[in-house]
Amino acid sequence: MIPLDYYLVLSAFMFCVGVLGVVVRRNAIIVFMSIELMLNSVNLSLIAFSSFLGDPTGQMLVFFVMTVAAAEAAVGLAIIIALFRNKQTVNIDEINILKW
Amino acid sequence: MLEQILLSLGYIRPEVALVFTFLSAIVADLVTQRKAIVAGIVLGGLIATAYYVVEQVGLNVSTFSNMLAVDPFSVFFKCVIIGSSILIVMFSLTSNEVNSSLRRIGEYYALLVAMTTGMFLMVGSSNLLMMYLSLELTSISSYILAGFTKEAPDSAEASLKYVIYGALSSGLMLYGISIIYGLTGALDIYSINQVLAQGGTGKIALLIAGVLAIAGFGYKISAVPFHFWTPDVYQGAPVTITAFLSVASKAAGFAMLMRFLKVTFIDSTVLNVPLGMWATIKGYELTNVIIVLSVLTMTLGNLVAIWQDNMKRLLAYSSIAHAGYMLLGLTVLGNDGFAATMIYFVVYLFMNLGAFYVVMLVANKTGSEDIRDYKGLGSRAPLLAVAMAIFLVSLTGLPPTAGFIGKLYVFAALIRANLIWLAIVGALNSVVSLYYYVRIFRNMFLRDAEERAEPLTFEFSNTFILLVLLVPTIVLGLYFGPLVEFAQYSVAMFGVK
Repeated sequence: MIPLDYYLVLSAFMFCVGVLGVVVRRNAIIVFMSIELMLNSVNLSLIAFSSFLGDPTGQMLVFFVMTVAAAEAAVGLAIIIALFRNKQTVNIDEINILKW
Repeated sequence: MLEQILLSLGYIRPEVALVFTFLSAIVADLVTQRKAIVAGIVLGGLIATAYYVVEQVGLNVSTFSNMLAVDPFSVFFKCVIIGSSILIVMFSLTSNEVNSSLRRIGEYYALLVAMTTGMFLMVGSSNLLMMYLSLELTSISSYILAGFTKEAPDSAEASLKYVIYGALSSGLMLYGISIIYGLTGALDIYSINQVLAQGGTGKIALLIAGVLAIAGFGYKISAVPFHFWTPDVYQGAPVTITAFLSVASKAAGFAMLMRFLKVTFIDSTVLNVPLGMWATIKGYELTNVIIVLSVLTMTLGNLVAIWQDNMKRLLAYSSIAHAGYMLLGLTVLGNDGFAATMIYFVVYLFMNLGAFYVVMLVANKTGSEDIRDYKGLGSRAPLLAVAMAIFLVSLTGLPPTAGFIGKLYVFAALIRANLIWLAIVGALNSVVSLYYYVRIFRNMFLRDAEERAEPLTFEFSNTFILLVLLVPTIVLGLYFGPLVEFAQYSVAMFGVK
């Protein structure tokens, strides 16, 4: 059996890639993909913990996370479309009416 | 199990009423063209909910196998939230900005109710899963509402920033939750507390998890350094939603954070506690973390507010600063400090909503939120200017207004806990805040309008709502006994002393 640590390291790595993507990438759609990556890394670590502890609560939480992630992506994409109709861009650097 | 669920259903009447209101608002929006009917249904539903909330005063139970607590603490915050929801619906009825998208106005009211439902669940959650879900219910509804006037470019931009920051911080929080679950094997905060009390849990990992979880809470209460979305969203969103976010959403975030801090870290085996503070589990003394958050939050909020020219943005930074004052109450991890924060919230509800209402009325008539357009407001609309002046005095925290009482109890709690230097920092911050509030005074009363401006006239309904906010702001400054007693009674949470 693969030890728990492997899953946790993979999950932490995926999470860091996700956070980095949100911070560095400029395309709003890629930012959303990075957020999905973050949430899925959480799912991975929850399932690993759940299986390791022999307790189903963690797996239950994963279902909720997936549902919420879908809802959040739906709203996020709708907002991107609304913004695109106004400005014809999804580049975050060009979306800058509001600052300081 | 089934019996427990059936029994619990009787304790969530306010939430059930809210969900019914939400559904009826959607159906009404589909079948009728007259949108006033939707607003009427929502207002009626919210008032019914308020009735059920009042009915809950005195309950102290935990429902749905420790998922949701119905205790004096949650009922207190439900009162604050339902009060502000009702006021916001009344604001919306008279807001030109919101009513300009008349075709979609039904959705607006429905989402407002959905957001209220989320906040009701937030204040009672005693399980990390429940906390996450209710936080998301609130957040997702507010993302849509922040971008409601989607034709305005700044509204869509605010909404996008909100959704990105929101999703990022909820992702961080979730990662924190997953680590906490891995270390303790539980999501229920009472069980987590027991596992922590036994000791032997990895400290470093738990510290990381705690910091990540705090990111979720900090985002909701807009504490520095998780505040970046606040000014942008407050400026871009319709002013009614800004006002709602600044009071109700913050109240819900604070309630969740307070419950998390108290239930998770209290050591219930220690009976004699010094200085009115709770005994925390050894190795989890959080006071210093909260002190740093609080000082950063209020100082940054106040300093940056000085440079703002947009009224909504100025009030956004002022609300960040107020979150800092409220966090001061939390640094005293004891009943005194928590009660002080709760008193502050009631006071803040009236004065902050009042200030935003004045901004909304001025924007209705002049179409501007710029501080320079407030010049000569004292002669153009005397009642409005005087009301604004009183709200600002109260926000500064000067007697004899309600804001003074709020600050007084926070500082008193700090002094009793021997944190005198922190009280001094808080007082100095209030002095800084006086500077930018006075700028608005000066524009309103001491400067004349640039060209001969017409006097602004308002309808009776506007004056009525203004008085509803103004009277408590003054009265609570003079007669605050019942409020203080109610807050001190409401500190009690289910399952902890």
